[in-house]
Amino acid sequence: MTRLLGPAIGVAAVYALVLAAPFVAPYDPTTQHRDRPLAPPTRVHVIDRDGRLHPRPFVYAEDISGATHAYPLRFFARSSDDSAVGRGSRHLFGVDAPAEVFVFGTDTLGRDQLSRLLYGGRISLGVGLLATALALGAGLVLGCIAGFVGGWTDAAVMAASDVFMALPWLYLLLALRAALPLDVAPARALASIVIVIGIAGWARPARLVRGVVLSVRGRDFVAAASASGASPARVLRSHVAPEVFSVALTQASILIPQYTLAEITLSFFGIGIGEPTPSWGSMMGVMLRQELTLAHWWLAAPAAALIGVSLLYHATADALQRRSLAVGVSR
Amino acid sequence: MRRWLLGVVCAALAAAAPIAVRTATPQAADRLDAMIVDGDIGRSGGTLVVAARAEPKTFNPIAALDIPSRDVIWRMQADLIHINRETQRAEPALARSWTVSPDGLHFVLSLRRGVRFSDGHPFDADDVVFSFSAYLDERLHAAQRDLLLVGGKPIAVRKIDAMTIGVDLPGPYAAAERLFDSIAILPRHRLEATWKAGTLGDAWGLGTAPAEIAGLGPFRLERFRPGEDIVLARNANYWKQDRAHTPLPYLAQLTFAVVPSEDAQVVRLRAGELDVLNRVSSQHAATLDRDQASAPYVLRDLGPGLEYHFLFFNQNDPVPAAVRGKQAWFGDERFRRAISLAIDRASLVRLAYNGRGTPIWGHVTPGNRLWANTAIPRPPASASAALALLTQAGFKRGADGTLADAHGTAVAFSILVAAGNAALNDMAAIIQDDLRKIGITVQIAALDFSAVLSRVLESHDYDACLLRLVDGDADPTPEMNVWLSNGPTHLWHPLQARPATDWEAEIDTLMRQQMTTLDAAARRRLFDRVQAIAADKLPLVPLVSPNIIVAAKRTLGNFRPAVLDHYTLWNVEQLFWRAPEGRR
Repeated sequence: MTRLLGPAIGVAAVYALVLAAPFVAPYDPTTQHRDRPLAPPTRVHVIDRDGRLHPRPFVYAEDISGATHAYPLRFFARSSDDSAVGRGSRHLFGVDAPAEVFVFGTDTLGRDQLSRLLYGGRISLGVGLLATALALGAGLVLGCIAGFVGGWTDAAVMAASDVFMALPWLYLLLALRAALPLDVAPARALASIVIVIGIAGWARPARLVRGVVLSVRGRDFVAAASASGASPARVLRSHVAPEVFSVALTQASILIPQYTLAEITLSFFGIGIGEPTPSWGSMMGVMLRQELTLAHWWLAAPAAALIGVSLLYHATADALQRRSLAVGVSR
Repeated sequence: MRRWLLGVVCAALAAAAPIAVRTATPQAADRLDAMIVDGDIGRSGGTLVVAARAEPKTFNPIAALDIPSRDVIWRMQADLIHINRETQRAEPALARSWTVSPDGLHFVLSLRRGVRFSDGHPFDADDVVFSFSAYLDERLHAAQRDLLLVGGKPIAVRKIDAMTIGVDLPGPYAAAERLFDSIAILPRHRLEATWKAGTLGDAWGLGTAPAEIAGLGPFRLERFRPGEDIVLARNANYWKQDRAHTPLPYLAQLTFAVVPSEDAQVVRLRAGELDVLNRVSSQHAATLDRDQASAPYVLRDLGPGLEYHFLFFNQNDPVPAAVRGKQAWFGDERFRRAISLAIDRASLVRLAYNGRGTPIWGHVTPGNRLWANTAIPRPPASASAALALLTQAGFKRGADGTLADAHGTAVAFSILVAAGNAALNDMAAIIQDDLRKIGITVQIAALDFSAVLSRVLESHDYDACLLRLVDGDADPTPEMNVWLSNGPTHLWHPLQARPATDWEAEIDTLMRQQMTTLDAAARRRLFDRVQAIAADKLPLVPLVSPNIIVAAKRTLGNFRPAVLDHYTLWNVEQLFWRAPEGRR
C-alpha cells in the first residue's frame, strides 16, 4: 500500500495543479509579452543588493525611467493581466507592473511558460484521462460480454478487436484531421482526438478483461454460485467484477500516460489542438529547433513535465500490479 | 508555380547598364578572349567546402529542376549574358558583346574567341545553336523552355558565322537580355548524339563518369559520393581572369558536403568542417552572432532579399460552401485594408525573425534596389484605425467584443500555413493575437506544404493563407504568372477567364505593357503603378521580407555575398584563401 501511496499522491497533485491552472498560473497562457520573447526564468530574491533580507520574495525590474526597483511578489492578488481570461481574476502569485514574473521563462512569442505548462497540462493530461475512460469503458463492457457469453459473440468481439489493434491510429488521426474543416474550434478538435484515441484503444483492455472473465468463470466458487441459482448479473457483479476491477485499474495507469503521449505527439507535429491554446505537445514543437532549445533550456520544461508524469504513472502501475499479484496469491 | 520556383535560379535583369568588366583584346583568332573581372587579386589553390541541404538529382542542366542540382551544375556551366548578382545588372559572359535592333526584336551576339570546354574542345556558335534547340525541344520538357517563349512563341537562334549568333524574338520583350541568363551552353560534341537518339533528358545522371561531363563554368566534376559529397575540380580552360591576368578560378577544389539539417550545418561550420553556409536562419544567426568575435567565421546579414511573406484571402469563384459565406468579407478591399492595419509588422519581424527582417507594405521588397516603389504608404499598425475602417464597411463589435458583419455573423476564419516553417507559424500566432484585439477569431491550420498548395491552387478550400514567394530576379517579368488574372499562380483567384475586378484588369494591362515597353523610364512608371494598385487593393497583404544571412570563414577572400541567388557562390571563381598555408 505504501508503495502505491507515494506515486498516487504525486499523480493526484499533478492533476490538482493543472485543474487549478486559472488560479496557479500567473498569466493568461495566450498573452504575448512581445517585448520579452525568450526571456529566461525570472530570478526571485529574498536578499537585496545591499544584503538586506526581505520578508516577502521580490523581483527586480526597471521602471519607465530605466531605474531598477524591487517589486515584491503578491500572493492571492488580483491579476493585472489585461487579457480577457486573466482580467480581474485572483492568482496564487503575481507582481505589480512594470515588473513581470516568469518562473519558467517565456517562449518565442513572449508567453509565460509556467502558465502555458499548467493550461497545456489540462489538455494533454485531460485527453489522456478522457480517452482512457472511453477506451477502458468500452473494453470493460465488450470484454465482459465476450468472456461471459462466449460462443459467436466472443468470436465476433475478438475478431473486431483484432481489426482495431491492427489499425495504425496515428494515420487514422492524421486522416481525421485532414477531413475536419480548417476552422475547427479547439473544443471540437479536442473532442475528436479523445474519441478517436478512445475508440482505437478499446481492443487491448477488452482482450485482457475477457481473459480475466474466462479465468474467473472456470473457478469453483463461480460454478458453485451459478449452480446454486445465482443470476448471471449477480455472478458478474459479485464474483467477476472485483477481479476485473484491479486489472482495469492497472490498465488505466498504463493507458493514461500512453494516450497523453498520443495527444502530445499529435500536437508536436502541429495536428492537435491549434494555437493559441497550449498543449505540452505544441509547446514541445519548438524543440525541433535544436539551436533554439540549446540556447534557451527553459523551453524544454514541458518535456521535463512529461517525463515526471510518466514516471509517476509507471510507479503507480508497478505498485498496482504488485498489489494485484499479492491479492491473487493470498486468495 | 514553376515560374516562380524557376525564378530562383533563372534570375536576370532587363535594364542595360554600365558594365563593370573588361575584355582582353584578342591577339590571334585562337587566343583566349578572356573576361577580366574586378576584385581583390587572390592566391591560387585550396579547397572550399560548402554545405548542401541535399545531394543533386542530376548533372544535366536540361533535366535539373531542384535547387541542389542547380547549385552544383552552375559551378560547372556558363551562359551567354549573365546577371551580376551584386549589381543586379546584365553583363557579358560567353557573349563578349551584343547589339539590338531599334525595334528590340533582333539581337546579334559576338561570342568570346578561344574559349574551350572543360574537356579541351573549342566552343563556337554551333554549341549555342545546339543548346537553344535542345532547350526549346518540346520532347525534353526543359524547365528553361518557358523562359525562352515570348508571347507563347519560341525565340529563334541562328548561326551567323562561327563566332556570331543571331537571335530573333517573336515580339517585343523589354527584358530580352535576361532571357540568356542561366541558359547553360552545352557541349554539342558530347550531347548531340544523345539528343538525336531522344535520350538527352537522361544524359549526365549521377552515375555518369566525370570525364564525360564537360562545361564552360569555372569547375568540372571530379567525384560524386552518394550521401557524402560532390567534389568539383578547377577548370583549367576557364575564360575569366583577374586584373593581373591570372586565370580563374583561384580555388583548386570546390566540395559540396551534404548536410541535410541546418542545425548540423551550423555545428559543422563552428567545428571548422564547413567553410560557407549559403543561408542561415535568423535563430541560428543569433547563436552564430554571439560567438562571432572569437570564432573563425564571419556572419553577414545582407538585409532584405527578394523573398516576401504575405497573407491573402480566398477570392475564388466558385468556392466550397463553407468558404462562400465569408467571401463578401474577403472581397471587400476595406476589410483587407483593415486586416493589414491591424497586423503589427514590427512584432512579426522582432518575434518571428529576431529582428532580422524588414516590414513591408508592397510586394517588391527593399532588397530589389532597381524596382521597389518607395512611394508606397507605410501606415503604422493601429487597431483603432482598423476598427474605424471596418465600421465604415458595415461591421460592428458586439458587447463581448466580437466583430460581426452587417448580417450579424461573427467574423471568424482560418489561416492556412505550412506546418514545417517555424517563422510562418510564429507569424500566424502573432496575427491571430492581433486580430483577436479587433474581435476577429482566427484558427490556425498548419498543414503539410503540398496540402497547402493543393488547397490554394486546386481545391480552393481555404479561407486565408500565409505564404512566401521568392523572386529569383529583380525584374518584374518572371512574376507575370502571379499578377496576371489568368495566371496559374494568381494566388487569391487563379486562372480567371476574364479579370474579376477593374483593378485586376488594370494590372493585367500594365504588366503586359511593361513586358513589351523598351523605354526603361516608361517601364518603371508602369511597374510603379502596379505596385501602387497592389498595395492599395491588397490582394496579397505584404508583411515581412526576411533578411538574407550567410556565413563563411573569415579568411575567405573576395567573399561578397549578394541578395540574388546563389547568394555566396555567384562569384566562386574569384574566391580564394587569404591564409597561405594549406587548404585555408
